[in-house]
Amino acid sequence: MLKIKDLHAKVEDKEILKGINLELNAGEVHAIMGPNGSGKSTLASVIAGKEEFEITKGGVFFENEDLEDTAPEERAHKGIFLSFQYPVEIPGVSVTNFMKTAINESRKARGMEDMPANEMLKMIREKSEMLDIDRKFLSRSLNEGFSGGEKKRNEIFQMAMLEPKLAILDETDSGLDIDALRIVANGVNKLRSKDNAVLVITHYQRLLEYIVPDFVHVLHDGKIVKSGDKALALELEEKGYDWLKQESAV
Amino acid sequence: MAYTEEELKKELETKEYEYGFYTDIESETFPNGLNEEIVVAISKKKEEPEWMTEWRLESFRYWKEMVEPEWANVHYTKPDFQAISYYSAPNKKPKYNSLDEVDPELLSTFERLGISLDEQKKLAGVAMDIVMDSVSVATTFKKTLAEKGIIFCSISEAIKEHPDLVKKYIGTVVPQKDNFYAALNSAVFSDGSFCYIPKGVRCPMELSTYFRINQAGTGQFERTLVIADEGSYVSYLEGCTAPSRDENQLHAAVVELIALDDAEIKYSTVQNWFPGDKSGKGGVYNFVTKRGICEKNAKISWTQVETGSAVTWKYPSCILKGDNSIGEFYSIAVTNNYQQADTGTKMIHLGKNTKSTIISKGISAGKSQNSYRGLVQVNSRAENARNFSQCDSLLMGNECGAHTFPYIETKNKTAQIEHEATTSKIGEDQIFYCNQRGIDTEKAIALIVNGFSKEVLNKLPMEFAVEAQKLLEISLEGSVG
Repeated sequence: MLKIKDLHAKVEDKEILKGINLELNAGEVHAIMGPNGSGKSTLASVIAGKEEFEITKGGVFFENEDLEDTAPEERAHKGIFLSFQYPVEIPGVSVTNFMKTAINESRKARGMEDMPANEMLKMIREKSEMLDIDRKFLSRSLNEGFSGGEKKRNEIFQMAMLEPKLAILDETDSGLDIDALRIVANGVNKLRSKDNAVLVITHYQRLLEYIVPDFVHVLHDGKIVKSGDKALALELEEKGYDWLKQESAV
Repeated sequence: MAYTEEELKKELETKEYEYGFYTDIESETFPNGLNEEIVVAISKKKEEPEWMTEWRLESFRYWKEMVEPEWANVHYTKPDFQAISYYSAPNKKPKYNSLDEVDPELLSTFERLGISLDEQKKLAGVAMDIVMDSVSVATTFKKTLAEKGIIFCSISEAIKEHPDLVKKYIGTVVPQKDNFYAALNSAVFSDGSFCYIPKGVRCPMELSTYFRINQAGTGQFERTLVIADEGSYVSYLEGCTAPSRDENQLHAAVVELIALDDAEIKYSTVQNWFPGDKSGKGGVYNFVTKRGICEKNAKISWTQVETGSAVTWKYPSCILKGDNSIGEFYSIAVTNNYQQADTGTKMIHLGKNTKSTIISKGISAGKSQNSYRGLVQVNSRAENARNFSQCDSLLMGNECGAHTFPYIETKNKTAQIEHEATTSKIGEDQIFYCNQRGIDTEKAIALIVNGFSKEVLNKLPMEFAVEAQKLLEISLEGSVG
């Protein structure tokens, strides 16, 4: 589904990704771990198509198509979803209105009519129940005055509504207490299927206790320095990142 | 391909004025220039009674002694008042009972503007008094209104048919010598609307007028007078668009609202006059005086969505004369390219327990300058006066400006006045967030702007809110930086 080939990317004049190779197939969950500044969030942004990052070499392929000339919204239409580390506030725009716009824009791009209101309502009801979201929450301005946990839960709610093929969760666990973490992780697990893939980006192993990955990759200084199964996450938890840094320096 | 800032700018520059076309309707136009003869000629043309002619002449004499105000935060080449023609009317003058009788070219103009009379008639229950250039060309729903004793007609007609009402109220809220443009308007006003709601009557439909400037080099001087008698209610809608032109067009309207005891007037405006091209050439100069007076327990609400004009100078105001009266001002002002707006309100608290609310939303893009200027004045006898003001500015790009000039003068210790102001910018992060959810940049801006403007849009009558939302989108397309 997603293929990343020798990806080099820079922001301004600073090279951040220095040759990443990664392949995700439908039905798989991959985790990317790494210390601060290793390039985890940059990788997420580059896949989503954020403009300030320039690809200098290699590329990102989604369903065998090079995404280089694909605008961020078109990537979204193709089924790529990014759960933001810092979700943005949009005052005066309710969660419901935002979702309605997002869903209908994607449908329009696929040549479909707007989603009928009753269908939309039904979907909102189902997904908000699944994530234990109070309906009142949905009429609030998007992310405005939301607690850290509410913001993250709202991201997963959007993911549930948009039903992406590829979901990238960028530090979704940061700022969550254990209860919120469980709810968010449960939500993600319910959305997993053989047809979609999840890329979990995290600093800590904690989230991976709930969203169990098939593969774990360690990112350091813009490169994947080690890959393995979920046991690697535990090893990292125990030993920290330093041993890998030393290993990769060799 | 994703938008870069440069591409967005380019697209913005190629964005042409949507309603920029010119309808070729034969017009009768006066020679350029202004003097007593012209004033008398206008009055004669309109078959006005002598008192009106005298009133105009008196105004003209005041005007001659006055100078153009310069305190507003706008810069422009002052119009040459002797180079303007002060009267222009569509040639075929008869009034129409049905649309079939109306000049088809005029109808097609309205259609291109998205104002299908047919549709309006059927859908909204809106009575239309359309002002094309200066003279009313169509009035509908008059009969329904007449049954309730409501008078809704052109001001020219009112001067002839209801002289007592006009004589009693014209110039009582905005005196002839109130300011330079008001004096000019009083001297040369060409036409406008008149509305009277009798005691205790609730006007059953929204009253609306569409204004248009359509004659090269013709200033347009509208005069509107709305009188809500005791215990009555009326909602009045005013909307305007104008064709694209190279030369500047002057517009100096006067609107007077009179809300007698226990009456309520809701006055909503959507304004989309030609703002000039991307280099700041052309565009309408809009110097408007709008003011209402509230008697006991009366209420006046001004709601405006301003997207057009090259230069705007406009302060819809309320004189809260009666005890317990209420004044409200809800405004969205959008400026783009080289547009300049200096707009706001005055709330003059004279009576006891008077209340006023001001919600102003300014959106600036391109190289435009957008100023809020407001005065809250509490008189010494206005016990327990209250005001709440909120002024929010939204900036797009790095070359525009937002300014706030709130003046507060209070002479009574019991007054409670609150003022809040915020300034924010549409960020790349907000846009990217929307993009990532599948919403393209244009739509994202529309969404963000609508969210920002929601409190004011919600105050508009339904059919107007939709039109206003569309206007906001058109005015700001491609303007993020």
